[in-house]
Amino acid sequence: MVNVYLMGKKYEVPEGLTIMGAMEYAGYQLVRGCGCRNGFCGACSTIYRIKGERELHACLACQTTVENDMYIATLPFFPLEKQVYDINEIKPDAQVMMQLYPEIYSCIGCNACTKACTQGLNVMQYIAYAQRGDFAACAEESFDCVMCGVCSSRCPAGISHPQVAELARRLNGKYLMPEAKHLTERVKEIQDGLMEKEIEAIMAKPISELKELYNHRDIEK
Amino acid sequence: MMYTPEMLASMKKVEAAREKNIALEPRRLTAEEKEALLKQYHPDYKDEGFVTIEVGPNKGEKAPVELNEMLTAHSRVADMDLDLTKVDYDVDVLVIGGGGAGSSAAIEAHEAGANVMIVTKLRIGDANTMMAEGGIQAADKPNDSPAQHYLDVMGGGHYANRPELVKKLVMDGPIAIKWLNELGVEFDKDEDGTMITTHGGGTSRKRMHAAADYSGAEIMRTLRDEVLNRQIPVVDFTAAIELILDTEGKAAGAVLQNMETGEILIARAKTVVIATGGAGRMHYQGFPTSNHYGATADGLILGYRAGAKLLYQDTLQYHPTGVAFPAQIFGALVTEKVRSMGAKLINSEGEAYIHPLETRDVNAAGVIRECSTNNKGVDTGMGKAVWLDTPMIDMIHGKGTLEKRLPAMLRMYLKYGIDMREVPILIYPTLHYQNGGLEIRANGETTCVKNLFVAGEAVGGIHGRNRLMGNSLLDIIVFGRNAGQQSAKAAKETTVKELTLEHVKKYEAELKNAGINSDKYSPKLLPNYAKGRKDI
Repeated sequence: MVNVYLMGKKYEVPEGLTIMGAMEYAGYQLVRGCGCRNGFCGACSTIYRIKGERELHACLACQTTVENDMYIATLPFFPLEKQVYDINEIKPDAQVMMQLYPEIYSCIGCNACTKACTQGLNVMQYIAYAQRGDFAACAEESFDCVMCGVCSSRCPAGISHPQVAELARRLNGKYLMPEAKHLTERVKEIQDGLMEKEIEAIMAKPISELKELYNHRDIEK
Repeated sequence: MMYTPEMLASMKKVEAAREKNIALEPRRLTAEEKEALLKQYHPDYKDEGFVTIEVGPNKGEKAPVELNEMLTAHSRVADMDLDLTKVDYDVDVLVIGGGGAGSSAAIEAHEAGANVMIVTKLRIGDANTMMAEGGIQAADKPNDSPAQHYLDVMGGGHYANRPELVKKLVMDGPIAIKWLNELGVEFDKDEDGTMITTHGGGTSRKRMHAAADYSGAEIMRTLRDEVLNRQIPVVDFTAAIELILDTEGKAAGAVLQNMETGEILIARAKTVVIATGGAGRMHYQGFPTSNHYGATADGLILGYRAGAKLLYQDTLQYHPTGVAFPAQIFGALVTEKVRSMGAKLINSEGEAYIHPLETRDVNAAGVIRECSTNNKGVDTGMGKAVWLDTPMIDMIHGKGTLEKRLPAMLRMYLKYGIDMREVPILIYPTLHYQNGGLEIRANGETTCVKNLFVAGEAVGGIHGRNRLMGNSLLDIIVFGRNAGQQSAKAAKETTVKELTLEHVKKYEAELKNAGINSDKYSPKLLPNYAKGRKDI
């Protein structure tokens, strides 16, 4: 068993539990601060400090094992600032960041965001890419972001890093990555009705014939 | 490294056989062999997991014990004195659920000019969509076609799929991918723009599109951003606890409850879209689950009480590769993409006992066979498991591939000191997907309740009795968009009459007549994992 302090109150919980598991073991019926329970959704961001140590850690409660003398505070919501825009109207140039998220240019380079990232991302670096208008690099560097917001809670410049990165990824996905020509062509074929005959033909087959086709279909190597 | 001596001993055999196993292409099972394997080992065939439904539109059919418990529980509004003339939200389209299907529906309803609102019991994006790792299918390559996709879907679903729904799925597939791409979803592409596509279990063409192994997360966060850009109202931490009909029997809103304060709110709507997702947190037959916290089949209960029919409610998908070890992530998903990229399933003796890309139901049954009657499972302390030989990936595709293509998986295991590039991982089936759900027509409307639409995992019939990897992300987009467009259209032609909850009273009376008096309330809303608390 280990001792943990949930919002300052002491509980004894079995070793090896995640922080989320420890909270439930302690009797919490979670509503806030619990989402996918698998490290993808960013609902369970948590800050903790080990008694006697100076360093403050940030993590996802569902992905982190409890330690003895852990002081735990959940951060189920952080007020990120999301700007509203029309993805079809904006352009992937440096201007767009200046207009929507000008505070990124106030970054003082303290690197607190990177230290706080629950995913271990180089947050300050992706903000630097965004400042330069290098959205492809920003998108790549921020790709594993779960938008938990812990980075922003530590930022003296008031940057909403996950929202900046989201904008960069959408710009990259829509405008910067090359077009998939085979996709454009297939969509046109479907919309022109060129695929209709083949699908109607296979739909008209009795199940016995469909089974025959399925069991002997060639499988791409 | 936290593997036990017994695990390490078995791992030695896996390592010794690795080169040979990489070269081996295990024989595909015949149709007869697959059927025999499923009948003997798949949980869907285990009689004690099911009971006969005693009330409602599917009376006489089988349902999982835990689902039937919710179907026969009391309505949460049964004892409430509600004034339905006091309306808190009045909209054209009410979307229940904030996952991929609900968000797609809301975006399209908004695009069609409807006044649309999303209500969700957790946050927008807290959904199975967010956790879908592997990818999304669509027949957009020259060697592929919607008809070829159709054949794979029907065969994989054991020919029980509704053909008109499958047609819509495969024909609208490439259109859905294009729509997502134009919203800014970053699909994996080659330098010339060609989509990088791989196989999934049961596919005959490489048509699995991905965004690393964050495919669902990338789609979900883009859709969420778009919902917010359009300033569509999202009422979060608020559950729909009952549908409201009007005096003509049309769906006309929902009773809502704030998950934190308990406040009751009334939403009136011209049309309603159920996009409440799956049921993994019902833990059918005691299985762990890969699903998000709120996957409790709410929409099925709401729809059923209002008179909508269920279809294939007795078939669940157990993903063959759930985490079996370590305990902290027990039941979490190991994406099928790991097998798509060449990792094979290996038993305790180092044998590649099956083709890794048989359909999910077949491979789940195969794992259970190795771990039970074949006695070739590895003991994890929580049961038996087989190996998924992940080091094969970099050996086949070159060093660095696993890190680039499966970053989420690598991160998840590294947190527990397991480097899946170097050592294999232990897996066992986990409850993953609700194959069945509410019955709909191709326009997304339920067959029995007018103006009630359904999209996403709450739908039954698209995937028959077994879904293929990558067809769920596809269906939430295709049928989500469809439900949004159709519900907005229907809303324009609808006049809502007086609101009523008579259907709930009638259902309660039916339960009473059948001699059922449950001590439970439904929908479940959230599972109860808190120690020392009584379930309500």
